[in-house]
Amino acid sequence: MTGLRTKVLPGTGRGTMRSMVEGARRTCPPQPLSPSTALRAVPLPTMWGGFLSALALLAAPAMAETVAITGGTVAIGDGSQPIPGGTVVIREGRVVAAGANVAVPAGARVVDAGGKWVSPGMVAGFTNMGIADGEGIDETNDAGAGKSPFNAAIDVSVAINPTNQSIAVDRAGGVTRAAVAPESGNSVFAGQGAVIDLGADDAPVTRARAFQYVELGEDGANYVGSRPAAYVMLHDALAAAKAVSRGGDWGRDKDALITRADAAALLPVVEGRMPLLVHVERASDILQVLSLKQTYPALKLVLLGASEGWMVAPRIAAAHVPVIAAALADLPEAFERIAATESNVGRLRQAGVTVAISSVGVSTMGGQRNLRQYAGNLVGITKVPGMAGLDWGAAFATITSLPAAVLGMDNELGSLRPGRRADVVIWDGDPLELSSAPVAVWIDGVAQPLTNRQTRLRDRYLNPQEGALPKAYER
Amino acid sequence: MVSNRLGLLVSLASALALVGCAQTPPPRSASTALGKEKLAEPWTTDPFPSTYHAYPGVPTLITNVTIYDGEGGRIDGGQILLADGKVQALGKNLDAPQGATVIDGTGKWVTPGVIDVHSHLGDYPSPAVKALSDGNEATSPTTPEVWAEHSVWPQDPGFSRALANGGVTTLQILPGSANLMGGRSVTVKNVYARTAQAMKFPGAPYGFKMACGENPKRVYGAKNREPSTRMGNVAVDRMTWAKAVEYRRRWDKYEREGGDPPSRDIAMDTLAGVLDGKILVHNHCYRADEMANVIDMAKEFGYRVTAFHHAVEAYKVADILKTNDICAVVWADWYGFKMESYDGIPENLAILQKTGTCAMIHSDDQNGIQRLNQEVAKALAAGRRAGINIPDEVAWEWLSYNPARALGIADRTGSLKPGKMADVVLWNGNPLSVYSRPDKVWIDGALLYDAHDPKRRPVSDFELGQPGEGDVK
Repeated sequence: MTGLRTKVLPGTGRGTMRSMVEGARRTCPPQPLSPSTALRAVPLPTMWGGFLSALALLAAPAMAETVAITGGTVAIGDGSQPIPGGTVVIREGRVVAAGANVAVPAGARVVDAGGKWVSPGMVAGFTNMGIADGEGIDETNDAGAGKSPFNAAIDVSVAINPTNQSIAVDRAGGVTRAAVAPESGNSVFAGQGAVIDLGADDAPVTRARAFQYVELGEDGANYVGSRPAAYVMLHDALAAAKAVSRGGDWGRDKDALITRADAAALLPVVEGRMPLLVHVERASDILQVLSLKQTYPALKLVLLGASEGWMVAPRIAAAHVPVIAAALADLPEAFERIAATESNVGRLRQAGVTVAISSVGVSTMGGQRNLRQYAGNLVGITKVPGMAGLDWGAAFATITSLPAAVLGMDNELGSLRPGRRADVVIWDGDPLELSSAPVAVWIDGVAQPLTNRQTRLRDRYLNPQEGALPKAYER
Repeated sequence: MVSNRLGLLVSLASALALVGCAQTPPPRSASTALGKEKLAEPWTTDPFPSTYHAYPGVPTLITNVTIYDGEGGRIDGGQILLADGKVQALGKNLDAPQGATVIDGTGKWVTPGVIDVHSHLGDYPSPAVKALSDGNEATSPTTPEVWAEHSVWPQDPGFSRALANGGVTTLQILPGSANLMGGRSVTVKNVYARTAQAMKFPGAPYGFKMACGENPKRVYGAKNREPSTRMGNVAVDRMTWAKAVEYRRRWDKYEREGGDPPSRDIAMDTLAGVLDGKILVHNHCYRADEMANVIDMAKEFGYRVTAFHHAVEAYKVADILKTNDICAVVWADWYGFKMESYDGIPENLAILQKTGTCAMIHSDDQNGIQRLNQEVAKALAAGRRAGINIPDEVAWEWLSYNPARALGIADRTGSLKPGKMADVVLWNGNPLSVYSRPDKVWIDGALLYDAHDPKRRPVSDFELGQPGEGDVK
């Protein structure tokens, strides 16, 4: 529990979520996925990570159709402004074209958007989606692993459950992809996160081992005692990773605290083949992280949180380090966030930083579907004197193409530019506005169901009173 | 919908009758017994009285503005006059008094100030360090003796964000929910002060925080003591209420017959105040079945539940809540973060409204309190998609009037009626749009936030001299 995703256990006040999650875990053996709960009763392969991403690549387009969505206000998601009366064409799971004056191919199924909005699905930049059926339901929570001897080697892609309620709810809310991160347990290293899709199928993993996640601020210090101790652990681990690359005897000192598996997992980080997502908030911590590049020039750093980023925005920009920001965090909830302001994202962007947003620093209890609300607020604050926000196109990009870009996947995800995966949402209004909702969702070109437990409960209880039979018979 | 709203108003009248006399309750008997001055029932005393005072304001007329009056009324192209700390008039053609400030509200909205009925600002303030973690006296499952106001740190930077970004003018600060009986709440004006007493809403009745469900049984189960189960929760509650009934009986006997006054018990004072209807019960309770258990328990001991908070499953028993005249206090869309929230749905508020149940939004969160208007907008939209069409101006009841009812202060604030406190927000656009923010906020007629004037942006002591002091937040 990093304290990042949520600070409040409702009613018991802040910080108690930590104690809630530290309960007994795994008192029952993991249950097999039963055919009745699986969307398709295809046995899951035992070699999850690699297999599933391969399945995602191969299986999804085979089910995809050619669709032309016409007459919609098209938001590409790349920072450009919405285009009224546009067309979006998808084929074989990919976007063919989107915008004005796009021809409808022969044989395409035409969907008349009738003035509604068409956009890429949201990309949630930092989540525990699919690895917890409820953050506080310990038995289901695969995010943290405090009892494990391993840390950096942990790979969440093996634990993604695509039938998890939150995936279905957020899919209906217009989220189509998500970065799933583990939580630090016994180390500053949390492990390797995955990028997933929210499709109603059994192949959720888009990219396994998409990034390594590390805590180097107050949370990191809490795990190992202090910030300096966190840096000792970091340097020790990265040195071990380099030793692994020399092969053979990997050269672990007797007093080194890292396992071989963890060191091996950090090798692609040191070599710049895997982004290193670093959670820091304080301006001085940010500068310290940026300076890591002097020692490890190949590091592909990504800052997560960065509430005080605006104070050192030119330095972040000069280092070409992208940010997944805490979108609306504006309180000094920790001493490392004293200067937090909603204007952080706008100021970072003005300085030339590539900045996506996430639910870091605000409550996640409503789900990742609320990312669009946060982006909308960044537009709203441009009307407040002195505040720095974003225009509509830039704000929408912070929840679509930019989270993908930060993880090096914007050629693949997050916009309606040609060749991207066809993750498309039709909204009944401006996607950033509170009154709007998706009316259709495609993922990898496959039309998705929008029903879920919430819609079923709603239908059962629209009239709360019981009828001739108990509610259990109404479905 | 009309008949439903009438129903609400009727029940409101009885609720007000109940709490309206609670502010300075006279002792039951002023007579003396055996020549001695009899003591007042101790729960009727006010040892930490409010020292809040309204700050100066100027007569202000806002013109050409869309007004939601907070009780379902709406005026387009309207005017509102604030003076002497009160709402003076609403209409289309008002006369501005000599020297009044006239604000052209074209394109803007005026609403009552937002009231958050469930906050931990002050008792779980920012920064969230252990030294300031003062919301749960988690050393006993029943702590009716603690009062949240004694934990409230008036320098919490969160108050300023709730004001400037959320238009919050009044809030109830509660103890946490680690305990079955968490202690007394306090209702405050969202006005910075040097002391908690100077924030206290004058004359607001006390609330009493109770909690069902997972938190108490988890916290005390982990300590290997009762309660560790839901049946343990109810058992400990009932054993405690039984003692409270006995305590009150001893005081009643003393009132009737005189003699030595019973021993003073600070915990029992609060419970006796609840039994007398002078302290309002705010019960954290997620699940429908547990609400039903509490309703029966309240009947057994003769107290009233004013509101169920975090009532994620209220929609399942909306009719039962209505029958028992209990309000449901809910989030717009929080769900699934713990087992007892697993069945949360975004249509909760709308289904409650459709059923004629008193319902309202709440935050329980230092970030959420900054966007309660947006939370209502989401809940409203979810309801409309489910075929429950509630007008915007009626939905505003969830933000100010119904919370004021649940706090026993609806006769003074929560809606824009002449003579009520001028707790008012001017929004720079439709307040149910994601693109709108408060432009100005008045509390008791004093302009305490102005987006155009950095001097009307409060900075708590904690933020003074720190990076970002006085910044837009």
